[in-house]
Amino acid sequence: MSCKFLSRLLVIALAIAGPPAMADSNLLNVSYDVSRDFYKDYNPIFQKHWKATSGESIDIRQSHGGSSKQVRAVADGLEADVVTMNQASDVDFLADKGLVARDYTRKFPNNASPYTSTMVFIVRKGNPKAIKDWNDLARPGVQVILPHPKNTGNGRYTYLAAWGYAISQPGGNDRTAQDFVARMLKNAPLFAAGGRDATTTFMQRRIGDVLVSFESEAELIAREFGKGDFEVIYPSISVLTEFPVAIIDRVVDKKGTRKVAQAYLDFLWSPAGQENAAQNYLRPRNAELLRKYAAQFPPIRTFTVDELFGGWARAFPIHFRDGGTFDQIYQQK
Amino acid sequence: MPVPHYRQQLLPGFRLALGCALVYLSLIVVLPLTGLAIKASQLSLAEFWQTASGERALASYRVTFGASLLAATINCFFGLIVAWILVRYSFPGKRLIDALVDLPFALPTAVAGITLATLYAENGWIGRYLEPLGLKVAFTPLGIVVALTFVSLPFVVRTLQPVLEDIEPEVEEAAASLGASRFQTFVRVLLPTILPALLTGFTLALSRSVGEYGSVIFIAGNMPLISEITPLLIISKLEQYDVVGATALATVMLAISFVLLLAVNALQWWTAHRDGRDGAGTGQP
Repeated sequence: MSCKFLSRLLVIALAIAGPPAMADSNLLNVSYDVSRDFYKDYNPIFQKHWKATSGESIDIRQSHGGSSKQVRAVADGLEADVVTMNQASDVDFLADKGLVARDYTRKFPNNASPYTSTMVFIVRKGNPKAIKDWNDLARPGVQVILPHPKNTGNGRYTYLAAWGYAISQPGGNDRTAQDFVARMLKNAPLFAAGGRDATTTFMQRRIGDVLVSFESEAELIAREFGKGDFEVIYPSISVLTEFPVAIIDRVVDKKGTRKVAQAYLDFLWSPAGQENAAQNYLRPRNAELLRKYAAQFPPIRTFTVDELFGGWARAFPIHFRDGGTFDQIYQQK
Repeated sequence: MPVPHYRQQLLPGFRLALGCALVYLSLIVVLPLTGLAIKASQLSLAEFWQTASGERALASYRVTFGASLLAATINCFFGLIVAWILVRYSFPGKRLIDALVDLPFALPTAVAGITLATLYAENGWIGRYLEPLGLKVAFTPLGIVVALTFVSLPFVVRTLQPVLEDIEPEVEEAAASLGASRFQTFVRVLLPTILPALLTGFTLALSRSVGEYGSVIFIAGNMPLISEITPLLIISKLEQYDVVGATALATVMLAISFVLLLAVNALQWWTAHRDGRDGAGTGQP
């Protein structure tokens, strides 16, 4: 009796763990945490396209999680055909390990980033603290909510955006920038565990006067909490956040999936792929579509991490490694 | 009757069982810990010391172990009360409360952390009443204590319950009939019997708290030098792909935990030994 029960349990466990693949081949896309909605919409579009052009059906599996955890899993042997990340430093790590081509940013157009976003401010209805630009975030009496600048992707982007603002001011240099960021961080009552946690803290627990987040998150907030509760403020300048994609050479060569993996990523730049980005509130690279969706993407002056910081490979150790500028802010006191 | 040195068991298979136990423990416990030690040994002593004794690392040990000790102590007190009423009294809804105790076991800790943070935030159900008193819980070290108290409660209650069940109510009646006051009954009769179990519960709660990450990061606020726990610093190292640095911190945590557990075990041995000399429980002359 218990044997029967056990075998049934086993069957159920197996069914949950991995449904047998019926498709001709399969792809595993290892991605960051909040890209779930994007790829949930994108995968069926690509599957249809692939069936129509090659006649083959393809099974696409997704894995989502904190980006550096995901990348470490790939380095440790998770058989991802492609990675779609939210920060070049994570793909750089795979390049260092020899899993991804060194020049992965040149394997696809636009720095291998099919869409972009930027860091914007979310303030309370009516903007009671009159927050217009980054310098308002460093004002005494303003509470800023952001995810941990050292441990999370959006926190790091927020940090670099504020740094970039300060350095682009007249007379701005690394010293004034660090002072400015230090004053802004002094206004943070807490560092949230991640992007979504920061949103919950600001919207639901009503802590803080301004939340710094991805432009694409603002729309999700509207969906979750209603449009009438907050306003989105575009600062004078912000960081252009890129989302690099790459093929894991070792895996696709072993599985024989290079062609479909290439097509899967290429198709992100197709009009259908770009429209999907726009519908998920990520700025498409396609200029025509950007115009079509101009209402949800107001123009904003941006800089990339490459332009202002010489790329993530340089920015990461300077700012976020132990003893970097972030640590200095807390240790000088 | 002399007690034989080696007692013949009814069931055979001692060697097989011992072999199984050793292999299992090696695979599950010893192997990962050895890996940790090997990885950490890639650092030179100076590098290790620098990583392990940084200002933020030291602050995080204080927060982690301070909050864990506090949470375990709180749970020893209130966990004893919970275990006591569950064992000694019957009342409507007792089964429900008994089941509630296990909830922190079953709940994903991140869910617990998010819920507690929402409850204790300035506008939360509990936080709004604490705020006027000047008491901030969420996003302060106090919040860490709350989260750790939550996750480690079952360890104390579940350890105490079977021991309390073994104490016959007649023991208290006997003490009372011999003229002991209620306080004396508790301190002289009950406490010595449950103290070893209470210490075990304390140890388990402490160990659970020291390693806790999921619930704490949502309520701690994670400010450097103030409310950063050591597991967060370890994650921070991993975010920098500094695996060796992470193992250095982990090794320090392990060492401190080991010393704490050793101390509690020594205390436990001492209480048992003292009982033995009193001839209270073991039946030996």
